[in-house]
Amino acid sequence: MADREPIILALCCHYCAYAAADLAGSMRIQYPESVRVLRLPCTGRVEINHLLLAFEYGADGVIVAGCLEGGCHFLEGNVRARRRVERAKKILAEIGLEPERLEMYNLSSGEGGRFAQIVTEMAERISRLGLSPLHSNRLHQERELGGRIIQEEAIPQGETK
Amino acid sequence: MIVADRKKVPEIRDMIKDHSRVLLVGCGTCVTVCLAGGERETGILGSALRMALRLIGRGNVVVDECTIERQCENAFIDLLAPRVKPYDAICSLGCGAGVQALADRFPNTTVYPGVNTQFIGILEAPGVWTEKCAACGNCRLGEFVGICPITRCAKRLLNGPCAGSRDGKCEIVAERDCAWQLIYDRACALGVLEQFARIAEPHDWSTASDGGPRKVIREDQCIAGLGPKA
Ligand code: SF4
Ligand code: SF4
Repeated sequence: MADREPIILALCCHYCAYAAADLAGSMRIQYPESVRVLRLPCTGRVEINHLLLAFEYGADGVIVAGCLEGGCHFLEGNVRARRRVERAKKILAEIGLEPERLEMYNLSSGEGGRFAQIVTEMAERISRLGLSPLHSNRLHQERELGGRIIQEEAIPQGETK
Repeated sequence: MIVADRKKVPEIRDMIKDHSRVLLVGCGTCVTVCLAGGERETGILGSALRMALRLIGRGNVVVDECTIERQCENAFIDLLAPRVKPYDAICSLGCGAGVQALADRFPNTTVYPGVNTQFIGILEAPGVWTEKCAACGNCRLGEFVGICPITRCAKRLLNGPCAGSRDGKCEIVAERDCAWQLIYDRACALGVLEQFARIAEPHDWSTASDGGPRKVIREDQCIAGLGPKA
């Protein structure tokens, strides 16, 4: 991929957005290739430093996608995630990065179409804003970033939805 | 506990931008509990600062993070000492005491504050901290049914309330409880209202901070020859 292509990181809850992304694939719905999906056990696992780290490592946009409000498998993980996203947006604004590069969405596992729509919306937003001034898409950095977020989690391989 | 909140990123960025290696030092005690300068907040600030520096073309400034258990005690600063050498500046996320303890301990390293130390207070509700004690050095909570009018009444009235107390709220800040309403209600509940028929004496401020830094000395704890320092 060319070095000036945007990168959007989608932090997806295992129970909803990740399944929705999977469904979008099964349904052969097209969505922008700039998205990198990272599965989390719950969006409640997302900390503010994960979100900042993504931008520090060069992501142009970050999506946090959790279950519908009231539908979190861990009761309120998605509500907490939303508050953290709000706080991280404030920090981005302090730094001088556009807070719109970060957004929280809620969807259910059956909404493959909506997953594609969310990703498309963020991709359009990023093309309007342009690449992040901290943009970088060096693959090793992506791996390292994913590693740093995932390493503590280690979702067991083969676990089903 | 001591309550603080983080300084804005641009303020810290501008303090450290001319250094080459900066160590952010979090504190694991009060500022961890009030979510201003513990390990997590130090990590967040580190990330934010590295980005902020890159955005002003100072990406060459190295910003690293670490957190020690307590910055206001030398025994814990000992554990930090071996790490400090390669850095030309420290930004402490401890309270004002922590920042000064580090400055005292590392005379050749510039030390900056990363938080604004606010007050002695408590966690009132998740995410909300309120001031409870102004550390006046002469505690009179016994006279005021356990509610401090020096700290909690906007006018520091010892014989309150003022005429601005309305529906339990203070006239200075509408959403703040009137300390004297609280004192009155609690005195009624305890059945000790009559103790307020007596005029409270003026406060003795000689023990407060106006005369410069105060000191508490426990002679039995002062090991011969080692303290107390003058
Ligand atoms: S009387 Fe003085 S020491 Fe006691 S709570 Fe009030 S300010 Fe603190
Ligand atoms: S309204 Fe109550 S708390 Fe406010 S200044 Fe008057 S007495 Fe003090």
